[in-house]
Parts: sequence; structure tokens; C-alpha cells
Amino acid sequence: MAADPGLAIQSNRLARALLYAALILFAVYFLLPLFVMLVNSVKPLEEIRGGNMLALPLAFTTAPWASAWNSAQIGVEPTGLSPYFWNSIKMVVPAVLISTLMGALNGYVLTKWRFKGDNLLFGLMLFACFIPFQIVLIPMARILGLLGLAGTTAGLVMVHVVYGLGFTTLFFRNYYAAFPDELIKAAKIDGAGFFRIFQRILIPSSGPIIVVTVIWQFTNVWNDFLFGASFADFDSMPMTVALNNLVSSSTGVKEYNVHFAGALLAALPTLIVYIVSGRYFVRGLMAGAVKG
Amino acid sequence: MAASSARNGSPPWGGRAWAQEVLPKLVLAPSLAATLVFVYGFIVFTGYLSFTNSKILPNFDLIGLVNYTKLFGLRHWSTALTNLAIFGGLYIVICTVFGLLLAIFLDQKIRGEGVLRPIYLYPMALSFIVTGTAWKWFLDPGIGIEQVVRSAGFESFSFNWIKDSEMAIYCVVIAAVWQSTGFVMAMFLAGLRGIDNEILKAAQIDGASAPKLYRRIVIPQLRPAFLSAFVVLAHMAIKSYDLVIALTNGGPGRATELPATFMYSYTFTRNQMGVGAASAVIMLMMIAAVIVPYLYAEIREDSRGG
Repeated sequence: MAADPGLAIQSNRLARALLYAALILFAVYFLLPLFVMLVNSVKPLEEIRGGNMLALPLAFTTAPWASAWNSAQIGVEPTGLSPYFWNSIKMVVPAVLISTLMGALNGYVLTKWRFKGDNLLFGLMLFACFIPFQIVLIPMARILGLLGLAGTTAGLVMVHVVYGLGFTTLFFRNYYAAFPDELIKAAKIDGAGFFRIFQRILIPSSGPIIVVTVIWQFTNVWNDFLFGASFADFDSMPMTVALNNLVSSSTGVKEYNVHFAGALLAALPTLIVYIVSGRYFVRGLMAGAVKG
Repeated sequence: MAASSARNGSPPWGGRAWAQEVLPKLVLAPSLAATLVFVYGFIVFTGYLSFTNSKILPNFDLIGLVNYTKLFGLRHWSTALTNLAIFGGLYIVICTVFGLLLAIFLDQKIRGEGVLRPIYLYPMALSFIVTGTAWKWFLDPGIGIEQVVRSAGFESFSFNWIKDSEMAIYCVVIAAVWQSTGFVMAMFLAGLRGIDNEILKAAQIDGASAPKLYRRIVIPQLRPAFLSAFVVLAHMAIKSYDLVIALTNGGPGRATELPATFMYSYTFTRNQMGVGAASAVIMLMMIAAVIVPYLYAEIREDSRGG
């Protein structure tokens, strides 16, 4: 046992073993679906239907991945998921950049250029993070139609920016609140203007919160289903909606292996982001849940 | 500021001082306008529609509370509410219990914590559609767990909850708990790591046993984490839509219908927009009941404490 147990319970070997057993059991529960998807995405279909989902493949094949990517039937088109993957990219990149930039500027104003009533405005924006989006679906469909954005990627970008602003503003506001006011005051006295202070003083020290916000927005926008299902048409349909079409299509043979490969393709971008920068991902989750 | 600029020998900056006064508000204005129109304006619009006779398209003739009385007379809606109560209750309780347990376990100077923590948390990075797809086939009696256990020699083993209209909602719970427990664990872990070790050491020296230590000292100090976990989980439960669509598509029959799926199908496929709008208003009220007191307390404390 460690020299300084700190919080740790002083306990015997048996309790320790049970503790590890419980932790490993949980790890198995969390890894199981990923394992099932991976293993079965490289099996021929007969092996899944007749066999054991937990068994390793007898005949390894990458055909399900190829099929999921470029030939599986999505709706009426045998295009695979690739066009929808790019649709998602085209939607996510601008949506993330715009909402992050606006969030940074909002956070800057709300902490360094405070005015009467700013807390109320912030509260209004913050509540917007939590609304059930069902309450905006009907009018949003009409507005997108009126703006000529119905069924377009630009329309989806707008929707994601609007409903992402609350969180991006929250992140930057809490981060900038801890930034010393003295520096800003000194810069103001030196005659630096609004944008100059932002650009020269705040942005250079915003690295971590930019990463957190970009990851948060990327994950949320990439994983969104409701807006994609409600407002996209075939040319702008995002990955999640296409995946659901693939899996729930009732015609033909159910190609489980292709479904699993497709699910992994849809999961890959956010999973990679999580693996590469898990620390920031967790920080974003926490910041979204607990105020700063 | 005009004075200070003048002192520095620059030309008088009256216009600029004015700009510095107005500029911040101008920068905030687009976001604020978007929020007012797309959030609050839309809430008012949907609220208004819920009092009208809208079917396929919005219609602006008021008909009073007809949609609400209709809504609460519908069996689909009461199924959706019952399911939300079962699903939400179990989801919140199980995630909180597992999350707390995992956090306490991980806090015991565990070797390999750095490996275990990301394993518990990664489901949070996935889309509910991906989660739904994985669990849909894993819980499928034809090819999933049932088949696995049977091929291990237990021929009579049966696990067909996902096809059973009484039990299917618990499948939604299993998948949702899988997705969110790690997140709750992370919140509790952050809370645990923030507790002052000195108090604990003192209590330990006084001879307090470990369970007592946790019950009396540690868990009460985690109150903020409990509150945050509750708020996040409750609001996620009320909003749940994607997972049900991917996992069961509301079935078998209507057995796993939730308010969110109800709203969508009544508004967009059954062309009963007025009733759909009414159900959205009820959802908003449920969420507001959880969120508003929380946000109010947070922001007030924030502006007081700084």
C-alpha cells in the first residue's frame, strides 16, 4: 500500500481484489458494444447469423466496411455513407467555427465590457441551451423555407450556430471571467480599442478554452440527429440520419455487418477527437454541466 | 477615455469613445437577436399554435384549450408520459448510483486509473444513433445476447425484452445508462478530488470507518455534484429522442414512445400540428421546472460572489 493513502480506504487484500474486479466488470460493460461492433463489422454475414456475436471472425473481411462506405443502399440510392459523411463535414466545419468565434466575442463582452442588465441577457442565452428543440421545430421549418434555406447545408449550419451559441458563450464567459481585469484596464488607458484588446490580449491566452469549445461543438453538431432529420433533404443529409436510414431500412436482407461498419464510420470522427484530446473533452462536458 | 487619448497627444477621440461604448453592444447584438427570435420568438409561436386549429400547416384561428384536452385524452400521450417516468426515473437513479460508485472506486489510488477512466467515458463521445444501432442488434434475440448464451450451452435462455412491449422501455434504459454513466462519474470524481484531505485524515485518525467516512463526510460534500448530475440527466431524459428512434423506433407498437417522439410523429407524420405544439409546450414546461431554479441560483450566486 502507498505510503500516503490520502482518501484511500485502508483495507485488506480481499477488499482490494473485489474493488478491482468491480472496476474491470464495469470496463467490460462499457467496452462490450464497441467490441461487438468492431468484431462483427469484419465478419461475413453468415457468420453473424449462424454464430456468436462475441466470437472473433473466422473469415476476416473488409467487405462490410467497403459496402458501408460506398455501395450500401441509403434510401433509394446505393451510394453508401460516403456522400453523407462529406455532408456532415460541410455542415460541421462552418457551424463550429462561426459559433466558437461568436461565443468568444460574447464572452469577452459579457466579462470585460459589462453593462447594466448583462447578467439577465446571459441568463436568457443560457436557458436557450436547455430547451427541448421540439419547441422550435415548427417555426424553424417555416423560417428556413422563407429564407430559401430549407433542405440546405447552409440552413443546418445556421440552426446549429443559433442553438450552439448559449454553450459557446458560457464557456468563454466563464474562462474570461478569471482573466485579470487590470490588464484590460491598462490596455484601455493605452488607447487600445475593443477589437485590439480582444485580438492581442485575450485570444493569445484562450488556447485551452478554444480547444474545449471546438471539441464540444464538433461533437454536438456531428452527433445531432433531430435537426438533420427535420431540416435536411437528400443533398444535405448528415451522417447520423443516413446511418439511421441504413439500419432501419426494412427492405432486403439485414446486413448487420454493414450496419456495424456504418455505425463505426459515423462514430470515428468524434471517437478520434476523444482519443486525441480526451482531457479537453471532459473539461467541456464539465463546463457544460457545472458553471465554471 | 477621450481625455486619456487627448493626453497622449492623439487627436480628440470623441467619436471613438462613443464607438467603444457602443461597439460591445453591437457585437453582442446578433447573438442576442438570434436568441430572442429563434428561441423566445419561436417558443411564443409554438405556444400560440398550441391554441389553434393547425393541422398540416399552421393556422392562426384560436380554439382555446382544445388541443390540450385532446392531448391528455390520448392514450399515446399517456403512454409517452408513463414511459418518460419509468425511463427518466431509472436513468437518473442508475446513472447516479453507478457514477458515484465508479468515482469512489476510482478514487482509491487505483493502478490503471488512467486506462479505466477513458473506457468509462468514451460512450459520451458517440452519437445516440450509433449507441442505438450497437444495442439494437446486441439486444436482438435472433443474433445478440440470447443467441450468445444459447450457443454457450444454455439452450432455454431467453432475453427478448426489445421485442416485448412490456420490457422494451428497459432496453432504452440499458443503452442510455451505458452512454451517460461515465459522464456522471467524471462529475463525482471532480467533486471527490476537490474535498479537503485534512478533514478526512482527521476523521480517519479519530477512528471513523471507511463507509462511515463516506456517508458522513464525503457524500454530503458532493451535494453540488449531485445537483448538477440531476439537472443534466433530467433534462437529457426529457429531450431523449435519437436513442429511441435508433433503438426501437418507438416500438414494438407504441411501447417505447416518449414525449419527444410523440411530438415529432403528431406534428410531421400525423398532421396534427396543434396537438404536436401542445406536447412541445408541455415538454418545455417540464424542462423549465428543472432548469430555471438551477440557472437562477447559479447566476445570482455568480454575480454576488464574483
